[in-house]
Amino acid sequence: MKPPKFDYFAPTEIADALTLIAEHGEDSRFLAGGQSLVPMLNFRVAAPSALIDLNRVAELQQVRVDDSGDLHLGAMTRTRQIECDPVIGAANPLLQAAASHIAHVQIRNRGTIGGSLAHADPAAELPGIVLVCNALLHIAGPAGKRVVIAEAFFESVFSTALADGELLTEIVFPAWPAARRWAFQEVSRREGDFAMVGIAAWFDTDDDNRITEARLAAIGAGDTPLRLPSAEAALVGNVADAALFADAAQAGIADLQPGSDIHASAEYRREVGGVLVGRVLTQAWERN
Amino acid sequence: MTSTHRLSLTVNGQAHDCEVEARLTLADCLRDKLDLTGTHLGCEHGVCGACTVVVDGAAVRSCLIFAVQAQGAEIKTVEGLADGDRLSDLQQAFHDNFALQCGFCTPGFLATAEAFLSENPSPTRAEVQSAISGNICRCTGYVSIIDAILETAARRRGEPV
Amino acid sequence: MTPPYIGQSVKRLEDQRLLTGTGRYIDDIKLPGMKVMAIFRSPHAHARIRRIDLSAARALPGVTDVFSAHDIDMDLPEIPLRLAPFEGFERFLQRPIAADKVRYVGEPVAVVIAADRYIAEDALDLIGVEFEPLPAVTTVDQAIAGDTLIHEDAGENMGTRYTVARGDTDSAFADAPYTRRERFVTNRHGAVPMETRGLIADFEPDTPLLRLHGATKVNFFNRRHLADAFGLPEDAVELIETDVGGGFGARGELYPEDYLVPIASRRAGCPVKWIEDRRENLTATNHSRDIVCDVEIAATEDGRILGVRATVQGDMGAYIRTNGGVVPSKAAQFLPGPYRVPDFSCDVQFLITNKTPVGTFRGPGRFEVNFCRERLLDMMAKDLGIDSAEIRHRNLMQPAELPYRIGELVPGDADATFDRGNYPSAMNRLLDEAGYDDWKDRQGDIIDGRAHGLGIACFIESSAAGPPESATITIRPDGKVEIRTGASSVGQGTETGLAQICADGLGIDIAAIDVFHGSTTLVETGGGTFHSRNTVMAGNATRIAADTLRDRALDLGALRWNCDRVDLVYEDGAVARSGERLSLADLATFAEARGERLFADALFDNEKKLSYSYGAHAALVAVDVATGIVEVKKYVLTEEIGRALNPAMVQGQAVGGLVQGLGGTFLDHMVYDADGQLLTGSFADYLLPTSDGLPEITAIALEESPSEFNPMGFKGAGEGGIVAVAAAVGNAVSHALAAYDISITELPITPDRLRKALRDTGV
Repeated sequence: MKPPKFDYFAPTEIADALTLIAEHGEDSRFLAGGQSLVPMLNFRVAAPSALIDLNRVAELQQVRVDDSGDLHLGAMTRTRQIECDPVIGAANPLLQAAASHIAHVQIRNRGTIGGSLAHADPAAELPGIVLVCNALLHIAGPAGKRVVIAEAFFESVFSTALADGELLTEIVFPAWPAARRWAFQEVSRREGDFAMVGIAAWFDTDDDNRITEARLAAIGAGDTPLRLPSAEAALVGNVADAALFADAAQAGIADLQPGSDIHASAEYRREVGGVLVGRVLTQAWERN
Repeated sequence: MTSTHRLSLTVNGQAHDCEVEARLTLADCLRDKLDLTGTHLGCEHGVCGACTVVVDGAAVRSCLIFAVQAQGAEIKTVEGLADGDRLSDLQQAFHDNFALQCGFCTPGFLATAEAFLSENPSPTRAEVQSAISGNICRCTGYVSIIDAILETAARRRGEPV
Repeated sequence: MTPPYIGQSVKRLEDQRLLTGTGRYIDDIKLPGMKVMAIFRSPHAHARIRRIDLSAARALPGVTDVFSAHDIDMDLPEIPLRLAPFEGFERFLQRPIAADKVRYVGEPVAVVIAADRYIAEDALDLIGVEFEPLPAVTTVDQAIAGDTLIHEDAGENMGTRYTVARGDTDSAFADAPYTRRERFVTNRHGAVPMETRGLIADFEPDTPLLRLHGATKVNFFNRRHLADAFGLPEDAVELIETDVGGGFGARGELYPEDYLVPIASRRAGCPVKWIEDRRENLTATNHSRDIVCDVEIAATEDGRILGVRATVQGDMGAYIRTNGGVVPSKAAQFLPGPYRVPDFSCDVQFLITNKTPVGTFRGPGRFEVNFCRERLLDMMAKDLGIDSAEIRHRNLMQPAELPYRIGELVPGDADATFDRGNYPSAMNRLLDEAGYDDWKDRQGDIIDGRAHGLGIACFIESSAAGPPESATITIRPDGKVEIRTGASSVGQGTETGLAQICADGLGIDIAAIDVFHGSTTLVETGGGTFHSRNTVMAGNATRIAADTLRDRALDLGALRWNCDRVDLVYEDGAVARSGERLSLADLATFAEARGERLFADALFDNEKKLSYSYGAHAALVAVDVATGIVEVKKYVLTEEIGRALNPAMVQGQAVGGLVQGLGGTFLDHMVYDADGQLLTGSFADYLLPTSDGLPEITAIALEESPSEFNPMGFKGAGEGGIVAVAAAVGNAVSHALAAYDISITELPITPDRLRKALRDTGV
């Protein structure tokens, strides 16, 4: 399974990367971690005329927490770093916890957040986290720079708001309150496999344990990661307890739009998605 | 279309220069250009782990990296573990624990284990089990491999085994 | 390590080269002037070939040649049947390359020879084939209905069909107080070794010499047929064995590529290498299992089996290849298992479908029917209110009933006889180790939120079938000892095992021994490696050769010292008399000076008297009822193997087999859609077991009942670890979910299927 021929470029600046992709047109692709793209080349289901390798663009690998506590991840930040870096873990523990579910360590050593988001596999963890955290996706392209909120980024299976010639440069996660409750769970056939369904959730409470804000997202339950507004609505304004979580789980099922494949049917994903909502909320509550 | 690219990389401490097509994978570069056939191809889609090598300290799938991407990198493969005929402590532990049968997946496990132990010198059994879950073995059933890695970790910590 | 070596966990001779990455697998071999081959394979499950256009591919720079069936200037033979060649199969044999029709996705249609694999695959993309798709036959029922014929001349899609029986099932069932009938479905899956197949052919027609590297398993059989196919004398064909990355029954059989690679070499006038990639491997290498079993049991009210009758349907794929009808025929033969089943009958059907052909995979037929039978026994136990272990106690054959002629349960095999043994003892040991008594009243208990269950299963397994095996031991003047054998190694430690036997036989240090195996250049003839026969067959051959060599040594010693043989003794690797010693090296040197060699040849023939290992498995599972996720927490197995040559290697076989069995139970599945497309065509979808979800394992080898059919008492120990896994796990999950009336009758057991079953009962 050898890849077809392509021209190869390894720019060191974002501007050069953009110029190259514009020059080589529709058939050219950015190469990030390669953990999804290279198998496609090896299977010859993708045959780009040119690969623009982003691995040497230092600007895309910056990680910092700004003064507001927002976490800035360069698009080429490795998922292994996301899994292990204490700075990232302190800035967003949900993100860090989810990262450890991504495939296996050898994949995480190369895979990047930008690559995962641009690839937009409906069962991938990072798109779900980015959605549930309301992250901002910074994009550079021939028409200049723009910012897209997570909710508007994922359009369909393997399809995002990125236009031809555009590049994800940075993902910004809003600051994370220390007292926030959070959890992530997924079910898969084996450790490291794509999730059959997964749920990420966080919520904040006031002094009376009343939920003031909550967000939930599902992966593997639709063409894109999905917010669960019905579950959120069931939670906000109510006192956190087991009965509430059960209600939210029941409500959340209505937001799921799963499909079937050989690993799990739509019924399975819908049903177990609901189960996971309950479990994730419980786990989040019992943390701390 | 494609031209070739000059490539310099260091493998097991030795510098190599070659010319490669962009599409030549690192695995094929090691095996065919550098005659280091210890790294094996089991699937070429990044799942089985047989091709795992260590690039700049990180265990990676060499079937999913193009050789040109490894320009300037320091690569460690199975051939760099032993000292002449003397097996490394990890290799010896594999031998002592019968952690290989057909041997085809073994180089990938050795690379994965070396990288793992350098990051986590005191792993629990569960951590080892998880660390190798990205490498497939059809022969051993994994138990002896986990034993070998734990034994090596203990030895390196100076503990009795 | 000091002798005696037999029975000790001697560390493996093979390891040094394999651990240091200096093993020589087929893809590691590069011959001067070698080209690389790739195969254009059918994308359709069933189609006529209308037109093949190779012109663009031929024109690609770097391409030496591209050919299809029409370009081959020889009569392409049919791939022969090696095992279970039942009448009727001759209508469904495969020719190495498709001419006017394709019958499964993956069938070879054209061959490219190029400078390297990258270019060869570029050329594949340029091949144009016009197909006229035909309806695909993808189920056993469709095959039987016969609306579409896959081999038109055969007039049917039934490969063959027969009934086997012992006793009288009609009367057994006539007034039986209890009967139960169930249908079981097992999953198509396969060996999937970590190394894909590969060959290098170096064909010099003028010499003539055809040298084929990358052969294994049954090299002498294959050589005979390839020589015949290419019109060569047998000694002009050499099959060379390299290091092999696992076989498990699938590698080494004659496949289309064994003919196509030599043809390519002959056309190109240079060595040609073909390495299967994983995508090819999943459609081009034999699949296995895929049996549907409709089985009915008759018993007394206290659960004593009166009779069993069944229908076994095997989905054989599009052609019958070398393994013939082994899988379904062995399924039928092993369906009664180690139990007292006086009346048994089985209708065995071999269906042809538009899928990859089926061959053997570790424990062929047994893995499947152990599942069916052990599930049915547990169902009977539940119906009758009898404990699962107790029902087995009541029905396992007792030592006094053995040996037991099982009847002609495979056509032509009328003498099959279970040898002496103690099945209840092996089960009792299992029950003890598994803590069965602690669990039998806790079946279905919810612990840490999950339903727990302990399932057990008993098995019997045969080994060491096939022709005699050879071994030659030669002493070199420098003291090195060389063993040459016709047996193959696929990674199981053959070199070490034979060295142990030789070292003990000659009384020498094992470090002096080198073992060479498999290649047809090493010995006159060989039987090969399958059915876990190496230790029995090659092992005994080695022992006989050692005995003969000691005898020769004494003769040589007497010559050397000009004395009577009776004055000499052989001990510790030397011929001795009061105070003086002649080592084997000395004797070999002496022999060389006389223009001779010190060596001994041997052939071991067990006269088709198979050895039978037996034992029991137990699985403790925890089922998350809400998600259908099953964890196997503990797994225990006992396996009576007669005599352990190398306990650590035996353990490795048991644990390795067990984990493969867990894969076959939960993960491995070759799934086809209605058009005959393989949906599990990569490792993203065909799932193999990893270290994730490994249970706590206890595998116990019992050495209570050495085989009477070989002097060393060995039995094969390669398959006992796998054959009862689906059975034990199926029973465990059914116990865990008994409260919900869930009964496992289909493999694999998946979260989706469990949740569907639970949903259907309202959980």
